[in-house]
Amino acid sequence: MNISLVMFLVFIAITLGITYWASGRSAGASAYFAASRQIKGWQNGVAVAGDYMSAASFLGIAGIIAFFGYDGFLYSVGWLVAYLTVLLVIAEPLRNAGKYTMADVLAYRLKPRPVRAMASLSTLTVSTFYMIAQMVGAGALVKLLLGGKVTYNEAVIGVGILMIVYVVFGGMLATTWVQIIKAILLMAGTVLLSILVMAHFHFSFGQFFNAISQVSYHDAKGQQVVKDFLQPGLRFKPPYGPLDLISLGLALIFGTAGLPHILVRFYTVPDAKTARHSVVWAMVLIGSFYIMTTFLGFGAATIVGPDFIKAHGGNNMSAPLLANALAGSIFFAFISAIAFATILAVVAGLTISATTSFSHDFWTNVVHNGVERRPGEEVLVARISAFVVGGAAIAIAIVLGPTANVAFLVALAFAVAASANLPVIVLSIFWRRFNTSGAVWGLAVGLLASIGLIVVSPSFMMIDAATVTGTARHLIQAKAWFPLENPGILSIPLGFIGAIIGTLLSSEPSSQEKFNELLVRSNTGLGAEKATAH
Amino acid sequence: MASTLKELAVVPSKQYQAPQAIWDKIADSKEFKDLMATKRMFIVPAFIFFVVYYFALPVLVGYAPQFMSTKVGFVNLAYLFALSQFFVAWIIAGLFVKAANNFDRLAKDILEKAENGKGGK
Repeated sequence: MNISLVMFLVFIAITLGITYWASGRSAGASAYFAASRQIKGWQNGVAVAGDYMSAASFLGIAGIIAFFGYDGFLYSVGWLVAYLTVLLVIAEPLRNAGKYTMADVLAYRLKPRPVRAMASLSTLTVSTFYMIAQMVGAGALVKLLLGGKVTYNEAVIGVGILMIVYVVFGGMLATTWVQIIKAILLMAGTVLLSILVMAHFHFSFGQFFNAISQVSYHDAKGQQVVKDFLQPGLRFKPPYGPLDLISLGLALIFGTAGLPHILVRFYTVPDAKTARHSVVWAMVLIGSFYIMTTFLGFGAATIVGPDFIKAHGGNNMSAPLLANALAGSIFFAFISAIAFATILAVVAGLTISATTSFSHDFWTNVVHNGVERRPGEEVLVARISAFVVGGAAIAIAIVLGPTANVAFLVALAFAVAASANLPVIVLSIFWRRFNTSGAVWGLAVGLLASIGLIVVSPSFMMIDAATVTGTARHLIQAKAWFPLENPGILSIPLGFIGAIIGTLLSSEPSSQEKFNELLVRSNTGLGAEKATAH
Repeated sequence: MASTLKELAVVPSKQYQAPQAIWDKIADSKEFKDLMATKRMFIVPAFIFFVVYYFALPVLVGYAPQFMSTKVGFVNLAYLFALSQFFVAWIIAGLFVKAANNFDRLAKDILEKAENGKGGK
């Protein structure tokens, strides 16, 4: 039997055991949506890291570095620095003033129904887009990692069913522990891989960086070339490359603090001070991981080589192939199992944030005016919507198929989070004049600007060669109107302008009167939600 | 079970409630203004610094790649600057946690006064 498959099954068995354990502790809304707010600071920090570092980080960035060297490492930086926005601006006010979702903070002084409806729409957009990108990647990846023993469709269905089971039965508590275990496995695997890379170079940085300065491979024309992989500019080329990079940076710096699946994590701890400490824990793990992409990515470039990776599954297989080259098939299986755990932990986090928003924001507060018609309705609706969201994600991933061009969905999720969610959260906490009209405008403009710009970007508009077929083809066969793949540089200012103009067009005295209450609550923690007993 | 049932209520009935005048009074108090000023004094410069420091990376690497390729020891300026971002982020986070102990102390005074002053629960 395939060793990778055995390791996958061990991970599945452990996580299902945790789900069973958590299911007995998930009665009631606070327990189900926020793990009774009893998660410890370090645990939440590790879980944030597990929620955040997707297969795109683990396999994707290693792959980009393996093919483009330094420019790939540039990606790594933004993913950590973004947490400073979370730490300095968002985490504590959110924990102090909210209950289960980001919309709770907005609803404090604005009219709850329109604001929650828009916030819920934006949350569902971010979460489902991100989830579809993960699912399509997961299907293709699991198939490769298991050496073709399962088909793409089987892999998508398997991942989908597992994430539904974690969320429906184990709620936030099971999701949290799946994320914690994944983060620990990911860190262990990355440290091991880094040590093995350095052992390969006899623990000499001189030898390692010397090898990096002369990576030899065949370029697109089939010509043998030798490049210094530490040199910038192999991927981001003028005229638009640097601008695209800045635009991506903006989406990361402002978007991470607006990602619903990250924000909900801060409701799982007892208070704002613990939320703060959990961000610091997360930053230690996330930063260490991204620094180590140096070893993963450049290790794959120098030890395995871009040519070999291209011939054996491509970009995403760089880290597993590196493991195989350094320590054989058992280590390959271990790294593969980590990739699998990574996918599951992220999609489970996305599912619970989507269902929390649908049930708490939309069902209870928009449709039923903030009243649960019978006890337990909110949790029941969340469980049902987890089936629906999960089922939809499985179906869409299968329709799109393994070759679908979905990388843009991740850029889109961050762009929406940065252009729609973040402006309204920040303005509602810091601007007295802000009102409902501003929030609705800000969310709508941020959402539409992000989607609109992506549709006219090279992600959708490009003239493909005749050999590209099916869903891998770009939808619009024409030259892109907007030259950047990341819309942030334009959509974030548009989101802010939308929110400001919307505010100025309307006057809402009650929102200004209640500003003091939100200001005091978010800055002191007066009346913040407390932890509950199981 | 009692606590579970209570949790099921969605309306924020068990939250700390106070009339508008109390919130205004706290917001206007010297203690609260001190807290906000202390927070602002750290957060605003820290935020501006890290944003400028971070975006200097893509700007320099994107528009001055030759200069950034300058060799420094085994590596180059571009790699060192990227690596420094991680340590700068960690240092700012550490300084924030230290400064935040001060915010907590100021907030605690306000909390105690508010909760003793008006029966909230």
